[in-house]
Amino acid sequence: MKSGWWKALGVLLLLYVVIVGLRTPLAPALVHLSEDKLPPGRNEVVVAGYNTRFTADAPQAWLQNDAQFVCATAATAERDDRLRVVFDVPDGLRRDLSHLVVRSNGRTLVFHDAFWNPAKGAGIANAGCAPPVEDTAGPFEFPDRSVLYETIRNLFFHVPMWFTMMWLMTLSLLHSIRTLRNNDLEHDRAAVSAVSTGLLFAFLGLITGSLWARNTWGTWWTSDPQLNGAAAVTLIYLAYLVLRGSVNEFDKRSRLAAIYNIFAYALMIVFFLVLPRLTDSLHPGKGGNPAFSQYDLDHHLRTVFYPAVAGWVLVGTWLYTLRRRARRIEAWLDEEPSA
Amino acid sequence: MRPAEILHLLRLELRLDLHQRHAVGGSLLYVVSAVFVAYQAMQGRAEGTAWNALFWIILLFAAFNTLARSFQREDAGQHLYLYTLADPRNVILARVIYGAGTMLVLSLLSFGTYVLFLGHAPLNDANVGQYLLAVVAGGTGFAAVLTLVSAIASRAGNGVGLMAVLGFPIVLPLLLSAIKAGRLALIGMPWTVTGKYLLWLGLVDVIAVTLAWVLFPYLWRDR
Repeated sequence: MKSGWWKALGVLLLLYVVIVGLRTPLAPALVHLSEDKLPPGRNEVVVAGYNTRFTADAPQAWLQNDAQFVCATAATAERDDRLRVVFDVPDGLRRDLSHLVVRSNGRTLVFHDAFWNPAKGAGIANAGCAPPVEDTAGPFEFPDRSVLYETIRNLFFHVPMWFTMMWLMTLSLLHSIRTLRNNDLEHDRAAVSAVSTGLLFAFLGLITGSLWARNTWGTWWTSDPQLNGAAAVTLIYLAYLVLRGSVNEFDKRSRLAAIYNIFAYALMIVFFLVLPRLTDSLHPGKGGNPAFSQYDLDHHLRTVFYPAVAGWVLVGTWLYTLRRRARRIEAWLDEEPSA
Repeated sequence: MRPAEILHLLRLELRLDLHQRHAVGGSLLYVVSAVFVAYQAMQGRAEGTAWNALFWIILLFAAFNTLARSFQREDAGQHLYLYTLADPRNVILARVIYGAGTMLVLSLLSFGTYVLFLGHAPLNDANVGQYLLAVVAGGTGFAAVLTLVSAIASRAGNGVGLMAVLGFPIVLPLLLSAIKAGRLALIGMPWTVTGKYLLWLGLVDVIAVTLAWVLFPYLWRDR
């Protein structure tokens, strides 16, 4: 039991991740506007908020257009997540797109590039309705990003799956190299246990990724270098298992499998790390897309994400040791030589 | 690594191929019939993307067909005979070089037949030099990656079927980049754009050959 502390740590970390990761609310945000174009004159806009409390105080609203401001003539909270704003838009705003800014409960909520301004001009006399108030530090909550919304929590599940898979495949590679060095079947069993556990995480990664894609990009699967790479890597390791299955002599099997594993690993690196960076990709962090660190300005995601990675890696390693022990017993039952 | 031994092994491969002409002829016939099937299926109306994709698929299957021969044609006795005479590193290098040479010829021949049957309309705006370079780099790249796979499959004693299972996913990064390079060349992209992919094809070749060189001795011996 003394040596099992890391298993308990992994379980505790995942417990923390599930509780904090799923229960922490998203920061209040403006998510939908009834209009997308504000011509000069009187305009009424209904603003939908998420996790907002518009009725708790009197919200202020204004348009921001290239550092010039247009104050709302009225901002009425109809519900906690519904604000009716009236603007008297002047002629001659400088930019094509205006931001909508709402100040509510001591926090500034911005809807970037909210409205198209059809009557561009040289600029207006600036109104004094935008008091530069510092935001009070918010409570512990996750950023609310357009497109992602609540699915941002999948960060704690989808991404660590692939990290864990990479870790297990690396472990398998090391064992495969040692198999070739000294023909030890124990290393061969370790390598195949790591691959089959890694494949489990690859499938989980594909499933969580597919669900995420459905909710953000609107499709279960799309032809993207990162996604194709993930699918191909899964196929490569399935082929590894097929190769093992097609050879009966355990001595030959261990060597052939080790060679294929080393070859496969090198190409996995190519697929995951190089190819998606070479071409355009929808996937965050690839092909010029921002990674999550850019959303996480207050480090709230990080306080859950890092424990999630550690927790999944520890639990993955635990699963791997269990499989390895099971294989050792199977080998003993099949009367394979132990070394 | 002894160049003399590699040369000798290359000559042996060539003599074997000249001796077994039906095998070489089989590869050529395979390409021609695949192109003919494609020609019948497309009814002569293949546009750029489809034209390019179809060509690479034909070349991929031709590569599997040809490179499977590299190790599967030797039986246990021949293997043992070669084992006692040659250094494994030289054997794999010779086989990769020979495979690359065969694929070079085969890919250019396939390209010729393909253009003959399916027309050269998609090539009108293309950078033909670029496309040919992609074809050659892709074809030799298949040889670099698939030769070791062919060796593994043949040592596993489970012929072409296993080679396809092991080879397809592993050859994918190469194939995808080759298809992309071909597509860019067809639109007539400048070298700065397509060059990235061609360089990348070369890099995958280098990785694959290095790994084959390091790993093959372990595959070669029986214990």
